[in-house]
Amino acid sequence: MISDDLSLLLPEIVLAVFAMAALMFGVYSGKDRAMPVITWATAGVFLVLAFWIGVTGPGTHTAFGGMFIDDGFARFAKVVVLLSAAAVLVMSQDYMAKRGLGRFEYPVLIALAVVGMMVMISAGDLMSLYMGLELQSLALYVVAALRRDSLKSTEAGLKYFVLGALSSGLLLYGASLTYGYSGTTLFSGIIQTVHAGQMPLGLLIGLVFLISGMAFKISAVPFHMWTPDVYEGSPTPVTAFFATAPKVAAMALMARLLFGAFGTATQEWSQVLAVLAVASMFLGAVAALGQNDLKRLMAYSSITHMGYALVGLSAGTAEGVQAMLIYMSIYATTTIGVFAFMLSMERDGHQITDLRALNLFANKEPMKALALMVLLFSLAGVPPMLGFIGKFYVLKAAIDAHMYWLALLAVIASVIGAVYYIRIVYLMYFGKENEGLDTGPMGVMPWVMLMGSAAITLLGIINLFGVEGLAQAAAMSLVQ
Amino acid sequence: MDNLLSIITFIPSVAALVLAVFLRGDDEAAQRNAKYVALLATGASFIISLFVLAGFDPSNTGFQFMENYRWIIGLHYKMGIDGISISFVLLTTFLMPLVILACWNVTYRVKEYMMAFLILETLMLGVFMSLDLVLFYLFFEGCLIPMFLIIGVWGGENRVYAAFKFFLYTFGGSIFMLVAIIAIYKTTGTTDMAGSVNGNGLLTHRFSYQTIDVLGMPIKGGLQTLLWIGFFISFAVKMPLWPLHTWLPAAHVEAPTAGSVVLAAVLLKMADYGFLRFTLPMFPVGTQILGPIAMGLAVVAIIYTSLVALVQQDMKKVIAYSSVAHMAFVLVGIFSATQQGIEGGIMLVIAHGFVSAGLFLCVGVIYDRMHTRDIAAFGGLVNRMPVYALVFMFFTLANVGLPGTANFIGEFLILVGAFQVNTWVAMFATTAIILSAAYALWLYRRVVFGDLIKESLKGIKDLDLREKLIFAPLIALTLLFGVYPSLVTDLVGPSVADLVNDVTAAQAAYDPAALTAPMQH
Repeated sequence: MISDDLSLLLPEIVLAVFAMAALMFGVYSGKDRAMPVITWATAGVFLVLAFWIGVTGPGTHTAFGGMFIDDGFARFAKVVVLLSAAAVLVMSQDYMAKRGLGRFEYPVLIALAVVGMMVMISAGDLMSLYMGLELQSLALYVVAALRRDSLKSTEAGLKYFVLGALSSGLLLYGASLTYGYSGTTLFSGIIQTVHAGQMPLGLLIGLVFLISGMAFKISAVPFHMWTPDVYEGSPTPVTAFFATAPKVAAMALMARLLFGAFGTATQEWSQVLAVLAVASMFLGAVAALGQNDLKRLMAYSSITHMGYALVGLSAGTAEGVQAMLIYMSIYATTTIGVFAFMLSMERDGHQITDLRALNLFANKEPMKALALMVLLFSLAGVPPMLGFIGKFYVLKAAIDAHMYWLALLAVIASVIGAVYYIRIVYLMYFGKENEGLDTGPMGVMPWVMLMGSAAITLLGIINLFGVEGLAQAAAMSLVQ
Repeated sequence: MDNLLSIITFIPSVAALVLAVFLRGDDEAAQRNAKYVALLATGASFIISLFVLAGFDPSNTGFQFMENYRWIIGLHYKMGIDGISISFVLLTTFLMPLVILACWNVTYRVKEYMMAFLILETLMLGVFMSLDLVLFYLFFEGCLIPMFLIIGVWGGENRVYAAFKFFLYTFGGSIFMLVAIIAIYKTTGTTDMAGSVNGNGLLTHRFSYQTIDVLGMPIKGGLQTLLWIGFFISFAVKMPLWPLHTWLPAAHVEAPTAGSVVLAAVLLKMADYGFLRFTLPMFPVGTQILGPIAMGLAVVAIIYTSLVALVQQDMKKVIAYSSVAHMAFVLVGIFSATQQGIEGGIMLVIAHGFVSAGLFLCVGVIYDRMHTRDIAAFGGLVNRMPVYALVFMFFTLANVGLPGTANFIGEFLILVGAFQVNTWVAMFATTAIILSAAYALWLYRRVVFGDLIKESLKGIKDLDLREKLIFAPLIALTLLFGVYPSLVTDLVGPSVADLVNDVTAAQAAYDPAALTAPMQH
């Protein structure tokens, strides 16, 4: 029944309608003066939707003949996406207003991107997959170039657009090959034609193209080239958004496609993902060593972290998906904290992202430095911070899947990666005296996000706030 | 009082939290308050640990004061102590108040300094009490963070290099242990040391020692050997064992006095504890196969680092290299896997905890006054600092292993144990006693004896009351354990006997001939 189908889609519909209504409101009221209102309203809608989806009962439901799937996995990923998007929105409000970026389109575009992500996560068909992905990407291309008068920002937008279009092309090519060899675009149909060990060559090539297309979105090596430039060029709040919600959504989409459509041929793609994972972990870790710009450093850091999440996924088991989901939740939490800090990095009122400006920062702002240190050690995977638990999960999943070499390489990469995180700690705590950052109170919301994410990172070690069980249920619903 | 161990462990970090949240400002009053809070917390921790000692039953070789809660990833938050760990716990809780007292003169960012030490104490105690491998790893690795900051922020000129070297060496080393831990989890389905949760704990689990091929190379002892190597690398870096020791002199020299004390007296001991708690009982066959190599490395370490200590210009470096030698000595005792050897090892761990702390504090005393650790800058101190000369003399002689001090008991028992297993190792290890006399006494002569000719030293003052108060308990306990060692051996004896029996039984069951014979067909 069409009404049943629509009721399943209600969260997405609500959000889409809200985005359009907000656009109208913005246009017909005070234009950019309406931005704070719209931002807060959007964040509020995100929170409400996250709560709504969170309390939805268990079970798997499909709509439109299987094009849209609502299961535990989708709900888990959607809640993570919505919460991190809300967090990024509220913490960037002050920054945007202060920098003359307070355009009312920004929250609207973010809302549309989130609709796209939710469709992606729930996709049960190559068509809905592409629809969601493009809706998300188009919105993101625009926000990347939000600072129209800045050369770097427009460059970032253009670069993101061109490479994104290329990746969409790869994805479409893969999708058409897959359709050609399986005769259907439905995941549940494709999986019927896929048998382990005897996949038609065309289908295999299609699978590889699909993976490449998605590897662009999660910025896995060798499809990562756009990441540092886009991260550097975009306004910091936009970078914060890029680093969190879309990554979670793309990772979830990858899991959905690989398990939903190719779940019976795990060994065909697990090696491909393992290679992507190893390349991402090492290139990210090594390239970040030489960075002096915090945003570029975070770009390479996110490449490394995608590598770890891929390690979990490449295990090809429910445990691996669970590890990936937990890893991504922890990664998003920590990254939001780091970006909240970055928003407050200023000298004479100008945004600074040079690492060396952090010299002896701990002497001026001990609390902020302490919080940032906790987050950095967590990203480095040093116990007892939460980041270690994330790494432990993916390593365990890899070893359970008998991929010992992958676990060993992941462990070595984490030692290399630790160097650049502790370099920041070194600068903050015992660097040389030089021209530092402006001190003084930071905005309320960034402060809350910074301290909150540091506290979660420390206290989460007690019981992960129950995420473990939820992620397990989510993974079980995806991998039967 | 079911959670006595957790209370001891977490009092210091609660105090650190209190400091972080409630203490404002950096004036003299705030600094004093920070120091008093830290002293109070470490003192409380020590006093409660005495209650644990009073309630501890040495004749029971199982774990006591157990705590067990469900934790994430199917793991357990499990704490408990037996005769072996209680000695390490008491050493830590006893030394920490003295460490806090030792940094009374610090004025740079006192609040954070105290917080670092308090959090470090929590992590160190957690290492000695945790009965779950992952929990252990968590505490073990966590120690890196506060120590990294202590060296980096409050250290000497070359602190950046030393801090990074310390962090990367130990982080890199313990990664191997992490892989081994995950492999253990994979093969047994648990990381629980003491059982009672899933029926069998790892301490009684017999890991397979069937020969396996790795990259075409047959590995004798199979899985046990591989796991043994994983743990060994990690502990060998931490201990540190030659040739992985180079981070220690750098770290010691650059660390502030209190940092050096903690590093030498407690942090290095985590490796010895690791060998006793994990390596010996879990991988007896691995120990049988590779133990002799470890002992060989230890012998090289003893002789090599003792010789290196002879030529150092920096007082702290002499003591740092002496620490490396003494830790290698402990390793010889532990891997002899005999009652005497292990008891001697624990005795020397405790004794070295007191004596190395004392020696670093002695260096700290004159460093505070003269701001140099260069041996050549001193000489003739006995003329103006008689009490100091006496104290320094005591610790120097204890470090040499003079009868009457706890070090003598430890070294003697280790040699007794080593002789039963391998005469050559014992013979070469004995040279350490001669060499340590050489470098320690020579250092003492150059610093303390002679005429006071240097102008800069003419105004130097003798120990004040606070310094005497720090040294007094260290001296008293070194002497007490030296003349009445059964205080320690009675406490650890039954647990050690149990451990030795286990290891011997497991090693007797291992028959290399039976395992390799089928391979020839």
